[in-house]
Amino acid sequence: MRRPRVGVVTFPGSLDDRDAVRAVGAMGGEGVSLWHADRDLRDVDAVILPGGFSYGDYLRCGAIARFAPIMEEVVRFAGAGGPVVGICNGFQILCEAGLVPGALIRNRSLRFICRVVDVRVETSLSPLTEGLTAGDVLQIPVKHGEGQFVASAEDLARVEGDGLVVFRYCAPDGTIDDAHNVNGAADAIAGVRNEGGNVVGLMPHPEHAVDPDVGPTGGQPLLASLLSRALAKV
Amino acid sequence: MKRRFEVVVSLRPGLLDPQGKAVESALPAMGWTNVSDVRVGKHVVLTVDADSEDAARAQLEEMSRRLLSNPVIEDFRILTSQEVPA
Repeated sequence: MRRPRVGVVTFPGSLDDRDAVRAVGAMGGEGVSLWHADRDLRDVDAVILPGGFSYGDYLRCGAIARFAPIMEEVVRFAGAGGPVVGICNGFQILCEAGLVPGALIRNRSLRFICRVVDVRVETSLSPLTEGLTAGDVLQIPVKHGEGQFVASAEDLARVEGDGLVVFRYCAPDGTIDDAHNVNGAADAIAGVRNEGGNVVGLMPHPEHAVDPDVGPTGGQPLLASLLSRALAKV
Repeated sequence: MKRRFEVVVSLRPGLLDPQGKAVESALPAMGWTNVSDVRVGKHVVLTVDADSEDAARAQLEEMSRRLLSNPVIEDFRILTSQEVPA
């Protein structure tokens, strides 16, 4: 069987690109490094925009990366139904590019947060959650200063009404409460998808949660889902 | 013709402004206890070379919408416009 090829874009200031390539490999796929200044997706079956601080977070997180040459190809790929995942800074880039709804602002606490959190899967209709069931709880690390999801009242109503929420921060038993809403996100939203169901952005880092030697493995089922979606697309 | 513009970008009124809150909570510690509703924004100054002020302003508005601000969370205002002597 052919191994699905998952492209990971490196922007100036990306940090988690190598981890993402490695995690894809660990899960049985082929991680393919992509370069921000290229206009070539190298025939990949899925794209990951990784975490980090692209362009130093200048102006707004993701605001400059969104105009990188490769983003035109990513937008085209997404428009054709290709699976695209934005993690942390990648989520911010997806928001800036208008590929997923909402925006991400400074954490409610004003502090950078780096720890393992529990997230609840809200839908199986996303490239990361096809093999999962709504209500499943996963342990995945977050590490961000600007991860508080916000949207206008109309957008938030649409996000909730159309079932676009993919992940929420929760207690270990799956309960949603303010104490476990790590960054103060609207409706405790940790990840959202587009209407088409092929683009998803999330603040937690599945690529840091695949190796049992270094922590929880909540990222495994998410990347496994992405790989099977990538294969299906071929 | 070159014109120098000032643009202010601010978080939309309905949205919680964590930076503004941080500034607000620091002020009482310095003795100022009568300050509220602090909002922190961005101040951008730039020069546009265009045929007319209208053209420069129209371009600046588009730039502000597409890059300087994120319309999902921010508003922008053009504060001043001044001709730059050649």
